[in-house]
Amino acid sequence: MEIGLVHYLSVGAVLFGLGLLTVMTRKNAVGILLGVELILNAAALNFVAFEHFVAGGVSGQVFTVFIIVLAASEAAIALAIVLQVFRNYRSIMADRLTSLKG
Amino acid sequence: MPPLSAIAFLGLAALTLGSAGIVAFSKNIIYSSLALLGTFTGIAGLYITLSADFLAATQILVYVGGTLTLILFAVMLTSRIEDMKVSNPRAGLPAAFGLVTLVLLVLGKVATSTPWPSEAKPAMPSTAKLGHAFLTEYLLPFELGSIVLLSAMVGAVVLARRAVKRAWEKG
Repeated sequence: MEIGLVHYLSVGAVLFGLGLLTVMTRKNAVGILLGVELILNAAALNFVAFEHFVAGGVSGQVFTVFIIVLAASEAAIALAIVLQVFRNYRSIMADRLTSLKG
Repeated sequence: MPPLSAIAFLGLAALTLGSAGIVAFSKNIIYSSLALLGTFTGIAGLYITLSADFLAATQILVYVGGTLTLILFAVMLTSRIEDMKVSNPRAGLPAAFGLVTLVLLVLGKVATSTPWPSEAKPAMPSTAKLGHAFLTEYLLPFELGSIVLLSAMVGAVVLARRAVKRAWEKG
């Protein structure tokens, strides 16, 4: 059995699907962030797979490094916001944060 | 007996997707966060099979060492002990399942029906080439990335700190 591009793409696609499912169904704000991390990892895996099998060079890995940088900053900012929301509302369940609802 | 690379790929893919399944379906937010460890490690292993050794090390360092620790801190600081049993509830599962199935069908169709000009290459270390690319062709984005990290760090500190009013501050 030869492992090719399609195998890596399938892993990336299923990982993306699980991340999407997590983002759509979770109520806990930290749980939603976990889904975002899954989606970012799936995209990064696709970049590296395409670079290895199709494009050549290192540009795919460069993009993956930027994805990791952005994911780290996103996690830091988002978790700081989650912390502040918890201090103000005593809950981070997304369906209870309804102050902005008209 | 299948070749070693196929066994490695299948094991790593199973680790990645199995842990991602726990992240998506566990009722306890702590189990979900800790299962992210398996996903990140599996992805790092897949990077190694794709000859991206520097990325594998970065994945472990940044995600497992940094992001996961941060997420665990956030979980511990925000989940109240008494509702720990169902700390990660769900809503709208059937609709989400339908949409995700649709997305996966489209992705699978694209991935299998497009004739990618792919060729199997031998696994080669690529760290030197990556470093060279960062210091020549991608120098400006690299520096911008460090500015993004700095501003994100400052922003996170400003957002997360508790505002303490000194005695001489009004209002």
